[in-house]
Amino acid sequence: MGSVLVFIDVPSLPLPRASRELLALAATIGTPAVASPQPLSEDAAAELAGYGVQRIFEPSQPLPEVLVAAKAAFLAEAVRAAAPDAVLLGNSFEDREVAARAGVKLGSGVITDAVAVAPDLAVTKSVLAGSYTSTCRVETGVPIITVKANSVEPAERGAAGSPERGLVTVPETGPAAVVMERSEKRVSGRPELSEARVIVAGGRGLDGDFGPVEELADLLGGAVGASRAATDAGWIEHSAQVGQTGKTVSPQLYISAGISGAIQQKAGMQTAKVIVAVNKDADAPVFEIADFGVVGDVFKVLPQAAEEIRKRRA
Amino acid sequence: MQESANRPLNIVVLVKHVPDTQFDRQLAGPDHTLDRSESILSELDEYALEAALQLAEERGGEKRGNSVTAVTMGPSAAANAVKKSLQIGAYKGVHLLDDALAGSDAAGTSLALAAVVNHLNATAGPVDLVITGMASTDGETSLVPAQLAERLGYAQLTFASELEAANTASGPGLRARRDGDSYSEIVEAPFPAVVSVTDQANEPRYPNFRGIMAAKKKPVTVLSLQEIGVDSAQVGKAGAWTSVAASAPRPARGQGTIITDDGNAGVALVDYLASQKLI
Repeated sequence: MGSVLVFIDVPSLPLPRASRELLALAATIGTPAVASPQPLSEDAAAELAGYGVQRIFEPSQPLPEVLVAAKAAFLAEAVRAAAPDAVLLGNSFEDREVAARAGVKLGSGVITDAVAVAPDLAVTKSVLAGSYTSTCRVETGVPIITVKANSVEPAERGAAGSPERGLVTVPETGPAAVVMERSEKRVSGRPELSEARVIVAGGRGLDGDFGPVEELADLLGGAVGASRAATDAGWIEHSAQVGQTGKTVSPQLYISAGISGAIQQKAGMQTAKVIVAVNKDADAPVFEIADFGVVGDVFKVLPQAAEEIRKRRA
Repeated sequence: MQESANRPLNIVVLVKHVPDTQFDRQLAGPDHTLDRSESILSELDEYALEAALQLAEERGGEKRGNSVTAVTMGPSAAANAVKKSLQIGAYKGVHLLDDALAGSDAAGTSLALAAVVNHLNATAGPVDLVITGMASTDGETSLVPAQLAERLGYAQLTFASELEAANTASGPGLRARRDGDSYSEIVEAPFPAVVSVTDQANEPRYPNFRGIMAAKKKPVTVLSLQEIGVDSAQVGKAGAWTSVAASAPRPARGQGTIITDDGNAGVALVDYLASQKLI
Protein backbone atom coordinates (compact mmCIF):
# COMPACT_ATOMS: atom_id res chain seq x y z
CA MET A 1 0.00 0.00 0.00
CA GLY A 2 1.34 3.39 -0.98
CA SER A 3 1.16 6.62 0.94
CA VAL A 4 -1.32 9.47 0.69
CA LEU A 5 0.14 12.90 1.32
CA VAL A 6 -2.17 15.29 3.18
CA PHE A 7 -1.39 19.03 3.02
CA ILE A 8 -2.14 20.47 6.46
CA ASP A 9 -1.48 24.17 6.95
CA VAL A 10 -2.24 24.34 10.66
CA PRO A 11 0.49 25.09 13.14
CA SER A 12 -1.67 24.85 16.25
CA LEU A 13 -3.30 22.12 18.30
CA PRO A 14 -5.76 20.54 18.64
CA LEU A 15 -6.02 19.48 15.05
CA PRO A 16 -9.17 20.98 13.48
CA ARG A 17 -11.97 18.71 12.40
CA ALA A 18 -11.38 19.39 8.68
CA SER A 19 -7.78 18.12 8.97
CA ARG A 20 -8.92 15.03 10.86
CA GLU A 21 -11.42 14.34 8.09
CA LEU A 22 -8.62 14.48 5.49
CA LEU A 23 -6.50 12.10 7.56
CA ALA A 24 -9.42 9.68 7.91
CA LEU A 25 -9.98 9.77 4.15
CA ALA A 26 -6.26 9.29 3.48
CA ALA A 27 -6.21 6.18 5.69
CA THR A 28 -8.93 4.56 3.53
CA ILE A 29 -6.66 4.91 0.47
CA GLY A 30 -3.16 4.31 1.83
CA THR A 31 -0.78 5.22 4.62
CA PRO A 32 -1.25 8.85 5.66
CA ALA A 33 1.72 11.21 5.42
CA VAL A 34 1.59 14.96 6.05
CA ALA A 35 3.11 17.94 4.25
CA SER A 36 3.16 20.90 6.64
CA PRO A 37 4.31 24.26 5.23
CA GLN A 38 4.91 25.44 8.81
CA PRO A 39 7.45 23.86 11.13
CA LEU A 40 5.69 21.56 13.61
CA SER A 41 6.36 21.23 17.32
CA GLU A 42 7.18 17.82 18.80
CA ASP A 43 3.70 17.78 20.31
CA ALA A 44 2.04 18.48 16.99
CA ALA A 45 4.05 15.73 15.31
CA ALA A 46 3.12 13.29 18.07
CA GLU A 47 -0.53 14.23 17.71
CA LEU A 48 -0.41 13.61 13.95
CA ALA A 49 1.09 10.18 14.64
CA GLY A 50 -1.99 9.51 16.75
CA TYR A 51 -3.99 9.75 13.55
CA GLY A 52 -1.87 7.17 11.76
CA VAL A 53 0.60 9.57 10.14
CA GLN A 54 3.91 7.81 9.58
CA ARG A 55 5.90 10.49 7.78
CA ILE A 56 5.87 14.28 8.02
CA PHE A 57 7.46 16.65 5.52
CA GLU A 58 8.36 20.23 6.47
CA PRO A 59 10.30 22.98 4.69
CA SER A 60 14.01 23.12 5.58
CA GLN A 61 13.80 26.95 5.82
CA PRO A 62 10.80 29.08 6.84
CA LEU A 63 8.75 29.90 3.75
CA PRO A 64 8.61 33.57 2.69
CA GLU A 65 5.40 35.49 3.56
CA VAL A 66 3.97 35.44 0.06
CA LEU A 67 0.65 34.38 -1.43
CA VAL A 68 0.41 30.72 -2.42
CA ALA A 69 3.56 30.49 -4.57
CA ALA A 70 5.89 29.33 -1.78
CA LYS A 71 3.45 26.82 -0.33
CA ALA A 72 2.85 25.40 -3.80
CA ALA A 73 6.60 25.09 -4.40
CA PHE A 74 6.94 23.34 -1.03
CA LEU A 75 4.07 20.94 -1.73
CA ALA A 76 5.52 20.03 -5.13
CA GLU A 77 8.90 19.22 -3.52
CA ALA A 78 7.19 17.24 -0.74
CA VAL A 79 5.35 15.19 -3.38
CA ARG A 80 8.66 14.49 -5.13
CA ALA A 81 10.16 13.37 -1.81
CA ALA A 82 7.17 11.30 -0.65
CA ALA A 83 6.19 9.81 -4.02
CA PRO A 84 2.61 9.27 -2.79
CA ASP A 85 -0.28 7.60 -4.61
CA ALA A 86 -2.40 10.72 -4.11
CA VAL A 87 -2.35 14.18 -2.50
CA LEU A 88 -5.27 15.51 -0.46
CA LEU A 89 -5.95 19.13 0.54
CA GLY A 90 -8.88 21.07 1.97
CA ASN A 91 -11.21 22.97 -0.34
CA SER A 92 -10.57 26.56 0.83
CA PHE A 93 -9.62 29.17 -1.78
CA GLU A 94 -6.02 29.00 -0.66
CA ASP A 95 -5.77 25.20 -0.56
CA ARG A 96 -7.25 25.00 -4.06
CA GLU A 97 -4.68 27.51 -5.32
CA VAL A 98 -1.82 25.61 -3.71
CA ALA A 99 -3.16 22.47 -5.42
CA ALA A 100 -3.51 24.32 -8.74
CA ARG A 101 0.10 25.53 -8.85
CA ALA A 102 1.61 22.31 -7.50
CA GLY A 103 -0.35 20.52 -10.22
CA VAL A 104 1.32 22.58 -12.95
CA LYS A 105 4.77 22.09 -11.39
CA LEU A 106 4.29 18.32 -11.20
CA GLY A 107 2.27 17.79 -14.39
CA SER A 108 -0.51 16.44 -12.18
CA GLY A 109 -4.24 16.73 -12.70
CA VAL A 110 -6.20 18.52 -9.96
CA ILE A 111 -9.79 17.81 -8.92
CA THR A 112 -11.58 20.25 -6.58
CA ASP A 113 -14.80 20.01 -4.55
CA ALA A 114 -14.47 16.27 -3.90
CA VAL A 115 -17.07 14.74 -1.60
CA ALA A 116 -15.70 11.18 -1.78
CA VAL A 117 -12.51 9.47 -2.95
CA ALA A 118 -12.62 5.69 -3.56
CA PRO A 119 -9.58 3.47 -2.82
CA ASP A 120 -9.06 3.22 -6.62
CA LEU A 121 -8.93 7.07 -6.63
CA ALA A 122 -12.22 7.59 -8.46
CA VAL A 123 -13.37 10.97 -7.17
CA THR A 124 -16.97 11.97 -6.61
CA LYS A 125 -17.40 15.72 -6.84
CA SER A 126 -20.22 18.14 -6.64
CA VAL A 127 -20.61 20.38 -9.72
CA LEU A 128 -22.88 23.17 -10.96
CA ALA A 129 -23.34 24.49 -7.42
CA GLY A 130 -24.38 21.12 -6.03
CA SER A 131 -27.07 20.43 -8.63
CA TYR A 132 -25.02 17.63 -10.22
CA THR A 133 -22.60 15.01 -8.99
CA SER A 134 -19.89 13.68 -11.26
CA THR A 135 -17.34 10.91 -11.00
CA CYS A 136 -13.91 11.86 -12.27
CA ARG A 137 -10.34 10.66 -12.32
CA VAL A 138 -6.94 12.23 -12.57
CA GLU A 139 -5.38 10.77 -15.73
CA THR A 140 -1.95 12.43 -15.63
CA GLY A 141 0.53 12.56 -12.77
CA VAL A 142 -0.06 12.04 -9.05
CA PRO A 143 -3.75 12.81 -8.37
CA ILE A 144 -4.18 16.06 -6.41
CA ILE A 145 -7.62 16.28 -4.83
CA THR A 146 -9.19 19.04 -2.72
CA VAL A 147 -11.92 17.70 -0.44
CA LYS A 148 -14.96 19.54 0.89
CA ALA A 149 -15.43 19.63 4.65
CA ASN A 150 -18.05 17.34 6.22
CA SER A 151 -17.55 14.73 3.48
CA VAL A 152 -16.20 11.97 5.78
CA GLU A 153 -16.20 11.19 9.48
CA PRO A 154 -13.06 12.59 11.12
CA ALA A 155 -10.37 10.19 12.33
CA GLU A 156 -10.33 9.21 16.01
CA ARG A 157 -7.07 9.84 17.76
CA GLY A 158 -5.06 6.77 18.69
CA ALA A 159 -1.86 6.46 20.68
CA ALA A 160 0.73 9.17 20.05
CA GLY A 161 3.92 8.11 18.34
CA SER A 162 6.96 9.60 16.74
CA PRO A 163 6.63 9.78 12.98
CA GLU A 164 9.61 9.97 10.67
CA ARG A 165 10.29 13.63 9.82
CA GLY A 166 11.80 14.84 6.58
CA LEU A 167 12.99 18.32 5.64
CA VAL A 168 12.29 19.48 2.12
CA THR A 169 14.42 22.09 0.36
CA VAL A 170 12.13 24.57 -1.36
CA PRO A 171 13.49 26.24 -4.50
CA GLU A 172 13.27 30.00 -5.12
CA THR A 173 9.59 30.74 -5.67
CA GLY A 174 9.91 33.49 -8.27
CA PRO A 175 7.74 36.63 -8.46
CA ALA A 176 4.97 36.59 -5.84
CA ALA A 177 2.59 38.86 -3.99
CA VAL A 178 4.05 39.81 -0.62
CA VAL A 179 1.90 39.76 2.51
CA MET A 180 2.35 43.21 4.11
CA GLU A 181 -0.16 42.89 6.96
CA ARG A 182 -2.27 40.14 8.36
CA SER A 183 -5.06 40.80 10.81
CA GLU A 184 -6.83 38.00 12.62
CA LYS A 185 -10.55 38.26 12.35
CA ARG A 186 -12.60 38.75 15.47
CA VAL A 187 -12.84 35.39 17.23
CA SER A 188 -16.52 34.62 17.67
CA GLY A 189 -16.14 31.27 19.43
CA ARG A 190 -18.38 29.84 16.72
CA PRO A 191 -17.24 27.14 14.30
CA GLU A 192 -15.87 28.10 10.89
CA LEU A 193 -18.76 28.37 8.41
CA SER A 194 -17.48 25.93 5.80
CA GLU A 195 -16.74 23.27 8.44
CA ALA A 196 -19.75 23.76 10.74
CA ARG A 197 -22.10 20.84 11.41
CA VAL A 198 -24.96 23.24 12.08
CA ILE A 199 -25.57 26.58 10.35
CA VAL A 200 -28.31 29.08 11.13
CA ALA A 201 -28.52 31.62 8.32
CA GLY A 202 -30.46 34.85 7.99
CA GLY A 203 -31.55 36.96 5.06
CA ARG A 204 -33.59 39.93 4.02
CA GLY A 205 -36.46 38.92 6.34
CA LEU A 206 -34.29 39.75 9.38
CA ASP A 207 -34.36 43.41 8.46
CA GLY A 208 -30.99 44.09 10.02
CA ASP A 209 -31.47 42.18 13.28
CA PHE A 210 -29.42 38.98 13.41
CA GLY A 211 -30.13 38.51 17.13
CA PRO A 212 -32.56 35.56 16.84
CA VAL A 213 -30.27 33.81 14.33
CA GLU A 214 -27.20 34.23 16.54
CA GLU A 215 -29.09 33.03 19.60
CA LEU A 216 -30.24 29.83 17.91
CA ALA A 217 -26.81 29.23 16.34
CA ASP A 218 -25.12 29.52 19.72
CA LEU A 219 -27.63 27.17 21.37
CA LEU A 220 -26.96 24.57 18.66
CA GLY A 221 -23.19 25.13 18.65
CA GLY A 222 -23.47 26.25 15.05
CA ALA A 223 -22.12 28.92 12.73
CA VAL A 224 -24.01 31.99 11.52
CA GLY A 225 -24.55 32.31 7.78
CA ALA A 226 -26.26 34.90 5.63
CA SER A 227 -27.72 35.49 2.20
CA ARG A 228 -26.10 37.92 -0.19
CA ALA A 229 -28.94 40.39 0.45
CA ALA A 230 -27.99 40.48 4.14
CA THR A 231 -24.23 40.86 3.56
CA ASP A 232 -24.75 43.46 0.82
CA ALA A 233 -26.93 45.43 3.24
CA GLY A 234 -24.02 45.40 5.70
CA TRP A 235 -26.00 43.62 8.44
CA ILE A 236 -23.25 41.04 8.84
CA GLU A 237 -19.71 40.62 7.52
CA HIS A 238 -19.23 39.38 3.99
CA SER A 239 -17.41 36.23 5.12
CA ALA A 240 -20.76 34.93 6.44
CA GLN A 241 -22.22 34.80 2.94
CA VAL A 242 -23.47 31.41 1.75
CA GLY A 243 -24.13 31.07 -1.95
CA GLN A 244 -22.80 31.18 -5.49
CA THR A 245 -20.31 33.93 -4.73
CA GLY A 246 -19.87 33.13 -1.04
CA LYS A 247 -19.23 29.84 0.69
CA THR A 248 -20.59 26.49 -0.35
CA VAL A 249 -21.59 24.53 2.74
CA SER A 250 -22.77 20.97 3.43
CA PRO A 251 -23.69 20.89 7.12
CA GLN A 252 -25.81 18.25 8.85
CA LEU A 253 -28.41 20.93 9.58
CA TYR A 254 -29.04 24.23 7.79
CA ILE A 255 -31.70 26.48 9.29
CA SER A 256 -32.68 29.22 6.85
CA ALA A 257 -34.42 32.21 8.40
CA GLY A 258 -35.99 34.96 6.34
CA ILE A 259 -34.17 33.90 3.16
CA SER A 260 -36.23 33.48 0.00
CA GLY A 261 -33.85 30.84 -1.34
CA ALA A 262 -33.28 32.12 -4.84
CA ILE A 263 -30.72 30.31 -7.00
CA GLN A 264 -27.78 32.39 -5.77
CA GLN A 265 -28.40 31.21 -2.17
CA LYS A 266 -29.52 27.67 -3.08
CA ALA A 267 -26.22 27.14 -4.87
CA GLY A 268 -24.39 27.41 -1.57
CA MET A 269 -26.49 25.17 0.65
CA GLN A 270 -28.55 22.63 -1.24
CA THR A 271 -26.20 19.78 -0.33
CA ALA A 272 -26.96 20.22 3.39
CA LYS A 273 -28.24 16.98 4.94
CA VAL A 274 -31.31 18.54 6.55
CA ILE A 275 -32.76 21.92 5.57
CA VAL A 276 -35.19 23.74 7.85
CA ALA A 277 -36.74 26.98 6.58
CA VAL A 278 -38.66 29.75 8.28
CA ASN A 279 -40.13 32.45 6.06
CA LYS A 280 -43.27 34.53 6.17
CA ASP A 281 -43.83 34.13 2.43
CA ALA A 282 -45.42 30.72 1.71
CA ASP A 283 -44.26 31.00 -1.91
CA ALA A 284 -40.57 31.42 -1.06
CA PRO A 285 -38.49 29.02 -3.23
CA VAL A 286 -36.65 27.80 -0.12
CA PHE A 287 -39.74 25.73 0.79
CA GLU A 288 -39.19 23.65 -2.37
CA ILE A 289 -35.98 22.25 -0.91
CA ALA A 290 -36.81 22.36 2.81
CA ASP A 291 -37.25 19.13 4.76
CA PHE A 292 -39.20 21.06 7.34
CA GLY A 293 -40.65 24.50 6.73
CA VAL A 294 -42.52 27.02 8.80
CA VAL A 295 -44.54 29.76 7.16
CA GLY A 296 -44.29 32.35 9.88
CA ASP A 297 -42.51 35.29 11.45
CA VAL A 298 -38.81 34.58 12.16
CA PHE A 299 -38.97 36.95 15.15
CA LYS A 300 -41.61 34.71 16.77
CA VAL A 301 -40.60 31.24 15.57
CA LEU A 302 -36.85 31.42 16.24
CA PRO A 303 -37.06 32.77 19.81
CA GLN A 304 -39.79 30.24 20.61
CA ALA A 305 -37.61 27.41 19.28
CA ALA A 306 -34.64 28.70 21.30
CA GLU A 307 -36.78 28.84 24.43
CA GLU A 308 -38.07 25.30 23.82
CA ILE A 309 -34.51 23.96 23.39
CA ARG A 310 -33.49 25.58 26.69
CA LYS A 311 -36.55 24.12 28.41
CA ARG A 312 -35.81 20.60 27.17
CA ARG A 313 -32.19 20.83 28.22
CA ALA A 314 -33.01 22.15 31.68
CA MET B 1 9.15 56.95 -9.12
CA GLN B 2 5.86 58.77 -9.73
CA GLU B 3 6.60 58.81 -13.43
CA SER B 4 7.04 55.07 -13.67
CA ALA B 5 4.05 54.51 -11.42
CA ASN B 6 1.84 56.39 -13.87
CA ARG B 7 3.06 54.77 -17.04
CA PRO B 8 0.28 53.33 -19.22
CA LEU B 9 -0.83 49.78 -18.47
CA ASN B 10 -1.40 46.91 -20.84
CA ILE B 11 -4.21 44.93 -19.23
CA VAL B 12 -5.73 41.64 -20.32
CA VAL B 13 -9.12 40.68 -18.87
CA LEU B 14 -10.15 37.04 -19.17
CA VAL B 15 -13.85 36.64 -19.85
CA LYS B 16 -15.96 33.53 -20.19
CA HIS B 17 -19.25 32.75 -21.84
CA VAL B 18 -21.19 30.63 -19.36
CA PRO B 19 -24.73 29.30 -18.94
CA ASP B 20 -26.92 31.77 -17.04
CA THR B 21 -26.97 30.71 -13.38
CA GLN B 22 -30.51 32.05 -13.07
CA PHE B 23 -31.77 28.97 -14.93
CA ASP B 24 -31.37 25.22 -14.41
CA ARG B 25 -28.16 23.98 -15.96
CA GLN B 26 -27.56 20.55 -17.44
CA LEU B 27 -24.68 18.21 -18.19
CA ALA B 28 -25.23 16.21 -21.36
CA GLY B 29 -23.63 13.98 -23.98
CA PRO B 30 -21.01 11.22 -23.77
CA ASP B 31 -18.39 13.61 -22.33
CA HIS B 32 -20.68 15.06 -19.65
CA THR B 33 -20.19 18.58 -20.88
CA LEU B 34 -22.35 21.55 -20.07
CA ASP B 35 -25.26 22.61 -22.27
CA ARG B 36 -24.18 26.14 -23.25
CA SER B 37 -27.18 27.17 -25.33
CA GLU B 38 -28.43 29.85 -22.88
CA SER B 39 -25.15 31.59 -22.16
CA ILE B 40 -24.05 35.04 -21.06
CA LEU B 41 -20.88 36.83 -19.93
CA SER B 42 -20.03 35.29 -16.54
CA GLU B 43 -21.37 37.65 -13.88
CA LEU B 44 -18.12 37.40 -11.92
CA ASP B 45 -16.10 38.53 -14.95
CA GLU B 46 -17.87 41.90 -14.87
CA TYR B 47 -15.96 42.72 -11.67
CA ALA B 48 -12.67 41.87 -13.41
CA LEU B 49 -13.53 44.10 -16.36
CA GLU B 50 -14.55 46.95 -14.03
CA ALA B 51 -11.26 46.66 -12.12
CA ALA B 52 -9.31 46.81 -15.40
CA LEU B 53 -11.25 49.81 -16.71
CA GLN B 54 -10.77 51.72 -13.43
CA LEU B 55 -7.00 51.11 -13.40
CA ALA B 56 -6.74 52.22 -17.04
CA GLU B 57 -8.96 55.28 -16.53
CA GLU B 58 -6.96 56.42 -13.49
CA ARG B 59 -4.02 56.67 -15.87
CA GLY B 60 -5.84 58.57 -18.58
CA GLY B 61 -7.46 55.69 -20.46
CA GLU B 62 -6.92 54.77 -24.08
CA LYS B 63 -5.70 58.18 -25.22
CA ARG B 64 -2.79 57.94 -22.77
CA GLY B 65 -1.77 54.59 -24.19
CA ASN B 66 -3.48 52.30 -21.71
CA SER B 67 -4.97 49.12 -23.10
CA VAL B 68 -7.76 46.83 -21.88
CA THR B 69 -8.12 43.68 -23.96
CA ALA B 70 -10.96 41.22 -23.31
CA VAL B 71 -9.74 37.69 -24.04
CA THR B 72 -11.89 34.58 -24.28
CA MET B 73 -11.44 31.03 -25.48
CA GLY B 74 -14.22 28.75 -26.61
CA PRO B 75 -16.59 27.95 -29.46
CA SER B 76 -17.98 30.60 -31.84
CA ALA B 77 -20.73 31.58 -29.39
CA ALA B 78 -18.05 32.64 -26.88
CA ALA B 79 -17.55 35.71 -29.10
CA ASN B 80 -20.59 37.05 -27.25
CA ALA B 81 -18.55 37.35 -24.05
CA VAL B 82 -16.02 39.53 -25.90
CA LYS B 83 -18.80 41.55 -27.56
CA LYS B 84 -20.46 42.27 -24.21
CA SER B 85 -17.09 43.23 -22.72
CA LEU B 86 -16.48 45.69 -25.58
CA GLN B 87 -19.95 47.17 -25.00
CA ILE B 88 -19.18 47.63 -21.31
CA GLY B 89 -15.91 49.34 -22.12
CA ALA B 90 -13.01 47.03 -23.07
CA TYR B 91 -10.91 48.61 -25.82
CA LYS B 92 -10.34 45.50 -27.94
CA GLY B 93 -10.98 41.79 -27.98
CA VAL B 94 -9.22 38.49 -28.63
CA HIS B 95 -11.02 35.21 -29.22
CA LEU B 96 -9.05 31.96 -29.14
CA LEU B 97 -11.25 29.82 -31.35
CA ASP B 98 -10.31 26.25 -32.14
CA ASP B 99 -12.36 23.05 -32.21
CA ALA B 100 -9.53 21.23 -30.46
CA LEU B 101 -10.19 23.24 -27.28
CA ALA B 102 -13.49 21.46 -26.56
CA GLY B 103 -13.38 19.56 -23.26
CA SER B 104 -10.30 21.35 -21.87
CA ASP B 105 -9.80 21.03 -18.10
CA ALA B 106 -8.11 23.66 -15.93
CA ALA B 107 -4.62 22.50 -16.99
CA GLY B 108 -5.46 22.78 -20.69
CA THR B 109 -7.30 26.07 -20.24
CA SER B 110 -4.44 27.66 -18.32
CA LEU B 111 -1.94 26.37 -20.89
CA ALA B 112 -3.90 27.88 -23.79
CA LEU B 113 -4.54 31.19 -22.02
CA ALA B 114 -0.88 31.50 -20.99
CA ALA B 115 0.03 31.03 -24.66
CA VAL B 116 -2.42 33.80 -25.63
CA VAL B 117 -0.83 36.16 -23.08
CA ASN B 118 2.63 35.30 -24.38
CA HIS B 119 1.41 35.88 -27.94
CA LEU B 120 0.16 39.34 -26.87
CA ASN B 121 3.47 39.98 -25.11
CA ALA B 122 5.22 39.35 -28.41
CA THR B 123 2.78 41.15 -30.72
CA ALA B 124 1.09 43.92 -28.69
CA GLY B 125 3.66 44.95 -26.12
CA PRO B 126 4.41 43.51 -22.68
CA VAL B 127 1.32 42.63 -20.65
CA ASP B 128 1.33 44.20 -17.16
CA LEU B 129 -1.76 42.61 -15.74
CA VAL B 130 -4.03 39.68 -16.37
CA ILE B 131 -7.30 40.17 -14.46
CA THR B 132 -9.95 37.50 -13.93
CA GLY B 133 -13.07 36.96 -11.84
CA MET B 134 -12.83 34.93 -8.63
CA ALA B 135 -14.18 31.83 -10.40
CA SER B 136 -16.15 30.92 -13.48
CA THR B 137 -19.77 30.37 -12.55
CA ASP B 138 -19.79 27.08 -14.46
CA GLY B 139 -16.56 25.23 -13.62
CA GLU B 140 -16.30 26.87 -10.17
CA THR B 141 -12.84 25.43 -9.52
CA SER B 142 -10.89 28.75 -9.25
CA LEU B 143 -7.83 26.82 -10.47
CA VAL B 144 -7.11 28.75 -13.68
CA PRO B 145 -5.82 32.10 -12.26
CA ALA B 146 -3.29 30.35 -9.98
CA GLN B 147 -2.21 28.02 -12.78
CA LEU B 148 -1.86 30.95 -15.15
CA ALA B 149 0.42 32.75 -12.68
CA GLU B 150 2.47 29.58 -12.34
CA ARG B 151 2.78 29.08 -16.10
CA LEU B 152 3.56 32.74 -16.89
CA GLY B 153 5.90 33.23 -13.92
CA TYR B 154 3.88 36.31 -12.89
CA ALA B 155 3.08 37.28 -9.30
CA GLN B 156 -0.26 35.87 -8.17
CA LEU B 157 -2.62 38.31 -6.45
CA THR B 158 -5.94 36.49 -6.22
CA PHE B 159 -9.30 36.89 -4.44
CA ALA B 160 -8.75 40.61 -4.08
CA SER B 161 -11.74 42.26 -2.41
CA GLU B 162 -10.10 45.69 -2.72
CA LEU B 163 -7.57 46.64 -5.37
CA GLU B 164 -5.51 49.77 -6.03
CA ALA B 165 -2.38 50.83 -7.85
CA ALA B 166 0.67 51.06 -5.57
CA ASN B 167 4.40 51.48 -5.58
CA THR B 168 5.68 48.21 -4.16
CA ALA B 169 9.16 47.45 -2.90
CA SER B 170 9.82 45.78 -6.25
CA GLY B 171 8.47 48.64 -8.37
CA PRO B 172 5.06 49.76 -9.67
CA GLY B 173 2.28 47.31 -9.01
CA LEU B 174 -0.85 46.77 -7.01
CA ARG B 175 -2.03 46.57 -3.43
CA ALA B 176 -5.01 44.40 -2.50
CA ARG B 177 -6.98 43.13 0.44
CA ARG B 178 -7.54 39.40 0.55
CA ASP B 179 -9.99 37.98 3.07
CA GLY B 180 -9.33 34.44 4.26
CA ASP B 181 -11.53 32.42 6.58
CA SER B 182 -9.81 33.46 9.78
CA TYR B 183 -7.75 36.48 8.74
CA SER B 184 -7.59 39.37 6.33
CA GLU B 185 -4.35 40.18 4.48
CA ILE B 186 -2.97 43.24 2.74
CA VAL B 187 -0.82 42.03 -0.12
CA GLU B 188 1.32 43.79 -2.72
CA ALA B 189 2.59 42.58 -6.05
CA PRO B 190 4.69 44.24 -8.74
CA PHE B 191 3.77 44.04 -12.42
CA PRO B 192 3.42 41.74 -14.24
CA ALA B 193 0.75 40.02 -12.18
CA VAL B 194 -2.25 37.74 -12.44
CA VAL B 195 -5.07 39.23 -10.39
CA SER B 196 -8.49 37.84 -9.53
CA VAL B 197 -11.13 40.04 -7.94
CA THR B 198 -14.16 39.07 -5.86
CA ASP B 199 -17.67 40.46 -6.15
CA GLN B 200 -16.77 42.84 -3.30
CA ALA B 201 -14.06 44.63 -5.29
CA ASN B 202 -16.24 47.18 -7.12
CA GLU B 203 -19.63 47.98 -8.66
CA PRO B 204 -19.53 46.93 -12.33
CA ARG B 205 -20.89 49.44 -14.83
CA TYR B 206 -23.61 48.62 -17.35
CA PRO B 207 -23.24 49.08 -21.10
CA ASN B 208 -24.98 52.23 -22.32
CA PHE B 209 -26.21 53.06 -25.82
CA ARG B 210 -22.99 54.86 -26.72
CA GLY B 211 -20.95 51.88 -25.53
CA ILE B 212 -23.05 49.47 -27.54
CA MET B 213 -22.61 51.54 -30.71
CA ALA B 214 -18.88 52.10 -30.10
CA ALA B 215 -18.31 48.36 -29.56
CA LYS B 216 -19.15 47.69 -33.20
CA LYS B 217 -16.01 49.53 -34.28
CA LYS B 218 -13.64 47.97 -31.76
CA PRO B 219 -11.16 45.43 -33.13
CA VAL B 220 -11.51 41.72 -32.32
CA THR B 221 -8.68 39.36 -33.21
CA VAL B 222 -9.49 35.68 -33.71
CA LEU B 223 -6.58 33.36 -33.00
CA SER B 224 -6.11 29.63 -33.60
CA LEU B 225 -4.00 27.27 -31.51
CA GLN B 226 -1.44 27.16 -34.30
CA GLU B 227 -1.06 30.94 -34.22
CA ILE B 228 -0.24 30.89 -30.51
CA GLY B 229 2.08 27.91 -30.83
CA VAL B 230 0.04 25.34 -28.89
CA ASP B 231 -0.10 21.74 -30.05
CA SER B 232 -3.75 20.68 -30.20
CA ALA B 233 -2.90 17.42 -28.41
CA GLN B 234 -2.07 19.44 -25.26
CA VAL B 235 -5.56 20.87 -24.85
CA GLY B 236 -9.17 19.78 -25.14
CA LYS B 237 -10.41 16.40 -24.03
CA ALA B 238 -7.33 14.70 -25.55
CA GLY B 239 -4.89 16.78 -23.52
CA ALA B 240 -6.86 16.87 -20.28
CA TRP B 241 -5.14 15.68 -17.09
CA THR B 242 -8.51 14.77 -15.61
CA SER B 243 -11.51 12.90 -17.02
CA VAL B 244 -15.19 12.67 -16.18
CA ALA B 245 -16.59 9.13 -16.21
CA ALA B 246 -20.16 9.79 -15.14
CA SER B 247 -22.47 12.54 -14.05
CA ALA B 248 -25.97 12.68 -12.65
CA PRO B 249 -28.29 15.36 -11.39
CA ARG B 250 -28.44 15.41 -7.64
CA PRO B 251 -31.58 13.52 -6.62
CA ALA B 252 -34.38 16.00 -6.00
CA ARG B 253 -35.00 16.61 -2.33
CA GLY B 254 -38.20 14.88 -1.26
CA GLN B 255 -41.18 17.07 -0.49
CA GLY B 256 -40.77 18.25 3.07
CA THR B 257 -43.31 19.06 5.72
CA ILE B 258 -44.43 22.67 5.56
CA ILE B 259 -46.56 24.08 8.36
CA THR B 260 -48.06 27.50 8.95
CA ASP B 261 -47.33 29.04 12.33
CA ASP B 262 -50.34 28.71 14.63
CA GLY B 263 -48.43 30.15 17.56
CA ASN B 264 -46.51 26.95 18.34
CA ALA B 265 -44.37 26.49 15.23
CA GLY B 266 -41.16 27.08 17.24
CA VAL B 267 -42.02 24.05 19.39
CA ALA B 268 -42.91 22.02 16.29
CA LEU B 269 -39.55 22.97 14.81
CA VAL B 270 -37.76 21.66 17.90
CA ASP B 271 -39.88 18.47 17.77
CA TYR B 272 -38.69 17.99 14.19
CA LEU B 273 -35.03 18.55 15.13
CA ALA B 274 -35.43 16.03 17.98
CA SER B 275 -37.03 13.48 15.62
CA GLN B 276 -33.97 13.82 13.36
CA LYS B 277 -31.64 13.48 16.37
CA LEU B 278 -30.25 16.93 15.62
CA ILE B 279 -30.58 18.19 19.19
